[in-house]
Amino acid sequence: MLTATGLSCVRGERRLFAGLDLAVGPGEWLHVQGENGAGKTSLLRILSSLAPPAEGQIFWRGAPIRELAEDYRREMLFLGHHGAVKEELTPFENLLLAAQLDGAPLDETEALGTLARFGLRGREDLAVRFLSAGQKRRVLLARLAVRKATLWILDEPFTALDVKAVDMLSALIEEHLAGGGMAILTSHQSMPLPNGKVLKI
Amino acid sequence: MNAILAVIRRDLLLAMRRKSEVLTALFFFVIVVSLFPLGIGPEAALLKKIAPGILWVAALLATMLGLARLFAPDHADGTLEQMVLSPTPLGLLITGKIAAHWITTGLPLVLLAPVLGIQFDLDAEALGILVVALLLGTPLLSLIGAIGAALTLGVRGGGVLLSLLVLPLYVPALIFGAGAVEAHISGLGAGGHLSLLAALLALAVFFAPWATTAALRIALE
Amino acid sequence: MNNKIINWFKYASPQSFYPLAGKMIPWFWALAAIFGGIGLWITFFAAPTDFQQGEGYRIIFIHVPAAWMSMFIYIVMAGWAALGLALNTRLSGMMAQALAPTGAIMAFLSLWTGAFWGKPMWGAWWVWDARLTSALILFFLYIGFIALQAAIDDPRRADKAGAILALVGVVNVPIIYFSVKWWNTLHQGASVSLTKAPTMAATMLWGMLIMALAFWMYSIAVALTRVRAIILEREAHTEWVKELPEVKGTGQ
Repeated sequence: MLTATGLSCVRGERRLFAGLDLAVGPGEWLHVQGENGAGKTSLLRILSSLAPPAEGQIFWRGAPIRELAEDYRREMLFLGHHGAVKEELTPFENLLLAAQLDGAPLDETEALGTLARFGLRGREDLAVRFLSAGQKRRVLLARLAVRKATLWILDEPFTALDVKAVDMLSALIEEHLAGGGMAILTSHQSMPLPNGKVLKI
Repeated sequence: MNAILAVIRRDLLLAMRRKSEVLTALFFFVIVVSLFPLGIGPEAALLKKIAPGILWVAALLATMLGLARLFAPDHADGTLEQMVLSPTPLGLLITGKIAAHWITTGLPLVLLAPVLGIQFDLDAEALGILVVALLLGTPLLSLIGAIGAALTLGVRGGGVLLSLLVLPLYVPALIFGAGAVEAHISGLGAGGHLSLLAALLALAVFFAPWATTAALRIALE
Repeated sequence: MNNKIINWFKYASPQSFYPLAGKMIPWFWALAAIFGGIGLWITFFAAPTDFQQGEGYRIIFIHVPAAWMSMFIYIVMAGWAALGLALNTRLSGMMAQALAPTGAIMAFLSLWTGAFWGKPMWGAWWVWDARLTSALILFFLYIGFIALQAAIDDPRRADKAGAILALVGVVNVPIIYFSVKWWNTLHQGASVSLTKAPTMAATMLWGMLIMALAFWMYSIAVALTRVRAIILEREAHTEWVKELPEVKGTGQ
């Protein structure tokens, strides 16, 4: 359960939003909507603990995330505008190394299986810079699938995905929610997922 | 510890995939060192006297060259964000990155320096001291440099600013490092210099990753 | 007791510090003028001519206080920086930013006067003397701090990054000073040290102390003036700044 009370965000000298409350429980997801520059990304960065809020507090299972620190980060996965995918490495290496940095090494067969599930079979050993933009995003989806996190915070996850990949991601999120997971995401598309809440800023 | 090794492995793998960056810094080192005799003249006694200083100044500059790219690529593709958000303490990951930076830029300088030292007619013992001094000093350069690289991450004119911030902080390393070889040549013994260099290294190993981590968090807010 | 703590935090907000600083500035200017007047009188009239160094030595009445201030301001700056990082108060960063140019000027002044002193004494404008060299490096540290703050657009980030740099610098200043001194003694050090006048007469000591006080007052006055300007600049969008009489008249 993630709850936040009285969040406000100041960028430079400008106040983007103030007095924001939100709550996401198991099996629920939150669709953050707003115009460009309204502070959607800033909100996600605050919720992921990358940036501190100017005011307000965020609680994970009732404890402030500032104090939980690593315990919160272990259960949370944030994907931002940048994919965090290394162009010089292959999709396979990317998955394994990201998992190692997170201190949860990944089984090689599981990694290969997940890549295959997202249509990257035969591309495992090709450096990411030779892949198309859509295929790069699929590497990210694979990471989403292998990293065992309860809370997903996704910034524009549907960008640059083709119809098939959009379906894959939707199915992935649905599966995640069905298993008691939570998700917070920004997206310009409307999403046909159950248990959704909308937050307009 | 596993996390540190994982980062080192990852960064070395990345360095292998873009070898040119590592080699550029190395050739830069060789070229700078070779330019001094051309500017000063071929007088052997004088060159021998200033050789430690030249080698050390060139090592400082060559280290600077790679520093701007220490965090910048990871910052650009979002990997750095993932490191900050990783369950592994950021300090460990950063220590690994600094270690990898030293292996790719510092260590080759240490190995290459004796070859260049021969050009300046340094005797075998002086070359030995030079290697030991660089072995203690180059990690110090990577550690201090990492603070500057983190502070100037994503900042306008970051590269030039980085050298402005970091080079003054390199002064003690330069003095003790070059001084060790000079002291040996003049018969004073290099022990004092080397132990001071080691003390500075111990201090930096303790504090620099901490300061770098703090600076990175600020840069990513 | 409790009351006192609350008062302290009250003045940590730029809004309440701004008028307070405005009230203090004239006093510090006045003190700077008084001490400066007495100090200069001692410098030029009361202090005896040095039998070894002649009249030229009188420049140390400027040089030594400037060198002291340049080191001291860096420590104060780092202190504000640490406070800002620990308590996350906005004013701390502004104070550090306001102090840096004064510190840099002091370091530069001590180099400049050192060169003027060195020409007749050593026969050269510049000698790689331990003190001069460390003053030069201190000057570089100030320039680095100012450049870093100027290069970062977000003032909060600039404050925090500057704070870390100042703290790293303050740890390094003694190390640098020591290493430069070590380097200097190893390579046949300079014969006459700048600050060790052979016989420091009592009048000379007094003159130097009073001049140091004058420099102190000047630095505080200038830093407060600068911090007021920084507050106005950063808080320009707030209501209380728009309501200030000195702001209201202008702008439109």
